Amino acid sequence: MENPYLPYPVRIDEVITETEDKNLKTFKFVFLNESDETKFAYRAGQFAELSVTGKGEIPIGIASSPTEKGFVKFTVNKVGLVSSELHNMQAGDIMGIRGPLGNSYPWDVLEGKNVVIIGGGFAFTTLRSSIIHMLHPDNRAKFGDIHVFYGARTPGMLLYRDELAAWEQRDDINVHITVDSTDDPNWKYNVGLIPPLAEEKAPPGDADTYAIVCGPPIMIKFTQPVLDNLGYDHDHIIMSLENRMKCGIGMCGRCNIGKDFVCKDGPVFTLAEINTRPKEY
Amino acid sequence: MKTITIEMSQWAAGIAKLKDAYRVWSPVRENDYHVFKELNKDALPDLDFSNTRLSAKQAIYPQTQKMFEYTLDESRPDHHIMHEAPDTTGPQAVIGIRPCDAAAFLLVQKNFNTPQYKDPYWVKAYEKTTLVGLACNNPCSTCFCTSAGGGPFDEKGLDVLLVADKDQYLAKVLTDKGAKLLDAAGFKDEADAAGAQVTIDALREKADAAINSEIATDQLGAQETLTLYDAPFWEEVAFACINCGTCTYLCPTCWCFDIQDEVRGHNGVRMRNWDSCMFPLFTLHGSGHNPRDTKIHRVRQRFMHKLKYFVDKYDDGIQCTGCGRCVRACPVNIDIRNVCNQMNRFGTCPA
Repeated sequence: MENPYLPYPVRIDEVITETEDKNLKTFKFVFLNESDETKFAYRAGQFAELSVTGKGEIPIGIASSPTEKGFVKFTVNKVGLVSSELHNMQAGDIMGIRGPLGNSYPWDVLEGKNVVIIGGGFAFTTLRSSIIHMLHPDNRAKFGDIHVFYGARTPGMLLYRDELAAWEQRDDINVHITVDSTDDPNWKYNVGLIPPLAEEKAPPGDADTYAIVCGPPIMIKFTQPVLDNLGYDHDHIIMSLENRMKCGIGMCGRCNIGKDFVCKDGPVFTLAEINTRPKEY
Repeated sequence: MKTITIEMSQWAAGIAKLKDAYRVWSPVRENDYHVFKELNKDALPDLDFSNTRLSAKQAIYPQTQKMFEYTLDESRPDHHIMHEAPDTTGPQAVIGIRPCDAAAFLLVQKNFNTPQYKDPYWVKAYEKTTLVGLACNNPCSTCFCTSAGGGPFDEKGLDVLLVADKDQYLAKVLTDKGAKLLDAAGFKDEADAAGAQVTIDALREKADAAINSEIATDQLGAQETLTLYDAPFWEEVAFACINCGTCTYLCPTCWCFDIQDEVRGHNGVRMRNWDSCMFPLFTLHGSGHNPRDTKIHRVRQRFMHKLKYFVDKYDDGIQCTGCGRCVRACPVNIDIRNVCNQMNRFGTCPA
């Protein structure tokens, strides 16, 4: 009987400090056993339990894309016991990852559709995975227009800055980057919050256009009326939830919203689904 | 299947023989209460009890359990890599489990043995366990099994049902596992099946009639989740609750758990422990945000899980077998029977 709690052993290949406050680091992992990488076949929007031996596990969205081979990447905010220990670890250290877990973004539904990605702060990890996935030459033709709205407090708090700049130059994706404020005279993108930017530049909602929204609660709260005004139906607004988790497989009982587990039935739900469940997230 | 007669004079020798082949769990008296214990060599089951203080779930699902072992010693080639803790235990028998506790394993199984994932610890332990039930001739005033999908003589989930009749047990064999166990104990005196069934039926009718409380569950599935969630009665239900967690601790159908690492020197274990939805830490985010930050949230979660979410998820009744332990042990007299009935009738005209 396979043990769903057993992590695959991995080696940290690289640690990248992403943000100016040094609280967000991206960890690139390589599987110690090559065959485990095949078993870890994942879709954008899924997550994994990062297992720091001796400390515990944390559920983290997968930031790399299924189209990137030979490694997996996670961007981790330093918050508690496990993430703090992880932030102290270095390339070469051995730990574990367990997954992939959860349901992913609905790629079968999104095929042939326009996709509007709206992200804020450090909730951009599985969105990065999705963008890399969609922009891959094998996949780009499967989608209509792709819009990305991404905001952070300051330029130095944006994740994946080099990639953002590169996407911004492409003509097969419309990238709108913004920061709450900056005193950088060379800042060439937007200044201001996500909701007004989306109101101005996002395409109107229709049957063929889906919005994926991930960000801090305050951004979500003020973005929803914008999407409502733009005509997005609630079953065309896709969100990824977070809750405290342990098992990641729907057994330990803590992450439920109503009868559904965020870990197993989610973390991705449509707003229409979320509206029919208790707001316990 | 057949029925075996066990004379009281055969009992001790049979249990002793059984211990050669099985680890035997059974109720024993501890101070004022009966509890399930793994019997040592000379101990005998004490079946003179109404029900045990805690459920029998620990026989299959220990309160704390080692999942993995590892070393942090970097001179070892496998440092920081998890290894499954070896499981060396053989078959086990639970003697004298009440039908409510045996039926609870069937409900818990829905959580731990799913098409997508199997919890190997629970599934393996359940597979190697033989459940020998003891029918309730004298149910308690807090029992409501007959309206929770079971009954004092319910055979669901059992391998053998023992019925105490004067100075003997009638052992109704329900599965091959059960037949094997009785054989291992040397209990072989086959009773006249028809005659035994008449005796058992008479005792069962008497016991069924002695259950004097019931719950109504017929409307739970039809209730709108959010309407029930927002019902005003939760404030009243939760008012006296002190979030002590006793109800979840002794409930045979509560399965929630926590996973923790513990390290001593270079050696570590990852283990799991029973946890409880009554505790704020159960759902506390790293950010400090807590989606169930008030006791109303937590009390509501316990009842909604058992009586609504479970009903909707599996369409196979409620996640409660009517053992009544939480009713008896709650320090502030919160009664699941009242809560269930309130949930069931919520929104309907009182007339």
